[in-house]
Amino acid sequence: MSAAATLYPLQNGIGNMVRNLFPESASLINPVLGVIALVILVSSLAGLLILLERKVSAHFQVRLGPMRVGYHGILQPLADGIKLVFKEFLKPRGADSFIFYLAPMLPLSATFLLMAILPFDHHLQLVDPAGGVLYVLGISGLTVLGILLAGWASNNKFSLLGAMRSGAQMISFEISMALIMLLIVMVSGTASLREIVLSQQGLIFDWWIFKLPFLGILSFFMYLIVSTAELNRTPFDLAEAESELTAGYHTEYSGMGFAMFFFAEFVNMFVSAGLATTFFLGGFHPPLIGIPLIDGLLNAIPGFIWFFGKTFFIVFVYMWFRWTFPRVRIDQLMSLEWKVMLPANLLLLMMGAVFMVLGWAG
Amino acid sequence: MKETSPKESLLEYGSRYLRKVVTGFYSLIQGMDITLKYFINPKTVITQQYPENRDTLEMFDRFRGPLSMPHNQDGENACTACGICEKACPNGTISVLSTKDISGRKVLGKYIYRVSQCTFCGLCVEACPFGALAMSNDFELSVYDRNELTWVLNKPQATSQGEC
Repeated sequence: MSAAATLYPLQNGIGNMVRNLFPESASLINPVLGVIALVILVSSLAGLLILLERKVSAHFQVRLGPMRVGYHGILQPLADGIKLVFKEFLKPRGADSFIFYLAPMLPLSATFLLMAILPFDHHLQLVDPAGGVLYVLGISGLTVLGILLAGWASNNKFSLLGAMRSGAQMISFEISMALIMLLIVMVSGTASLREIVLSQQGLIFDWWIFKLPFLGILSFFMYLIVSTAELNRTPFDLAEAESELTAGYHTEYSGMGFAMFFFAEFVNMFVSAGLATTFFLGGFHPPLIGIPLIDGLLNAIPGFIWFFGKTFFIVFVYMWFRWTFPRVRIDQLMSLEWKVMLPANLLLLMMGAVFMVLGWAG
Repeated sequence: MKETSPKESLLEYGSRYLRKVVTGFYSLIQGMDITLKYFINPKTVITQQYPENRDTLEMFDRFRGPLSMPHNQDGENACTACGICEKACPNGTISVLSTKDISGRKVLGKYIYRVSQCTFCGLCVEACPFGALAMSNDFELSVYDRNELTWVLNKPQATSQGEC
């Protein structure tokens, strides 16, 4: 355990209060509180992100977006949610019921599991496994599994084809994502997300995006591209490709089944942006520039505000990509991954190792 | 990606590849620049809050609503009942019923226009040699009875014409 990690132990006020009040059952109450907080966070984030996507896309496209329900359409996600709850969840004839009902839960559970290890602040993180990066890569496979099972269980050839397309896409891009994460793990010397953030403590130039000369900014842009593809968002949204496939893997899903895929996709966008913040943008650290007066002001703002600010900036960049770029073809997508991204990432990893040896990294 | 010709050296291939990457990113950034300009200028928004702004609603000049026949102050129109619009209409929306006036000249009796069949293609307006027709800007056309969608466009003269 590094010096920084002992300086900020993973405890917070509420947890300590519970430990003082109920010393015996604290190990039972605290996880329950954590799960409740997670459920509240994920559900409110889903609503917020859906509203944000609609408003941001509207303004990019010179229109207004939802304006009727509440002030400037603030209650629109609530209305959408109520509509989806009351819609019938149909199962196609001959479909495999167990897998058909299981499939939409997998991406959503992956979202919850990933949210649990995001370091929101010095003391705001549910768990911090030592192999956090490995955990992230393993859990994001659940999304692919959910998509493949959804396509398989729908008893529909076209859903299966759509699922295989998206499965192929997400698995291919996961390789590049793993390599980029590996670069950061290599230079920071730890695989725990919290310690990756703590390794970027200091000025703004100590964030990995700037600390690694040239490589940091390059790998940050590559992370943006790869995670956009991993999230199935435009310009790589071949998974649903509404003008070509009319939904791909979730063609047969309606009501809450569809909504679960939808929520998972939106909150995964936040998780992915949060990982970008953790790996490259210094997580919960404020962007200190070395002038004491300004740094004091920046330090006064709590860390989770910095985390959410940076994360929502990345989310905005994802939305910006989505409403600007045209969609690519499936062969272009695959050649981008296997012919460009993967060799480039391997090269990046080797250059990172060279930088480490020369002592330029950090 | 184009196949490398055997004459192309690795250096040429590499420079072409790098140029492609750079120009590709440059064009993506150009696109993002345009969308960001739209995003930070809310004045560019062109959607209108329709039922609330019914009084101040501005339609576009080229909007094609139902057909209309402009009349001057004396209630006269430019139609000569030639029937070219009737022939130009692809789906039989228009019927030009002509009569004869006192001097035996062919004049317009009733100009019957069926909105329920109209596709708002505007071919009648283009075909009219006298400029007697125009597409109006109305769009609130819903009624409860289909018969109400058969209109007589020319104003009934003081003579015999009444409702269709």
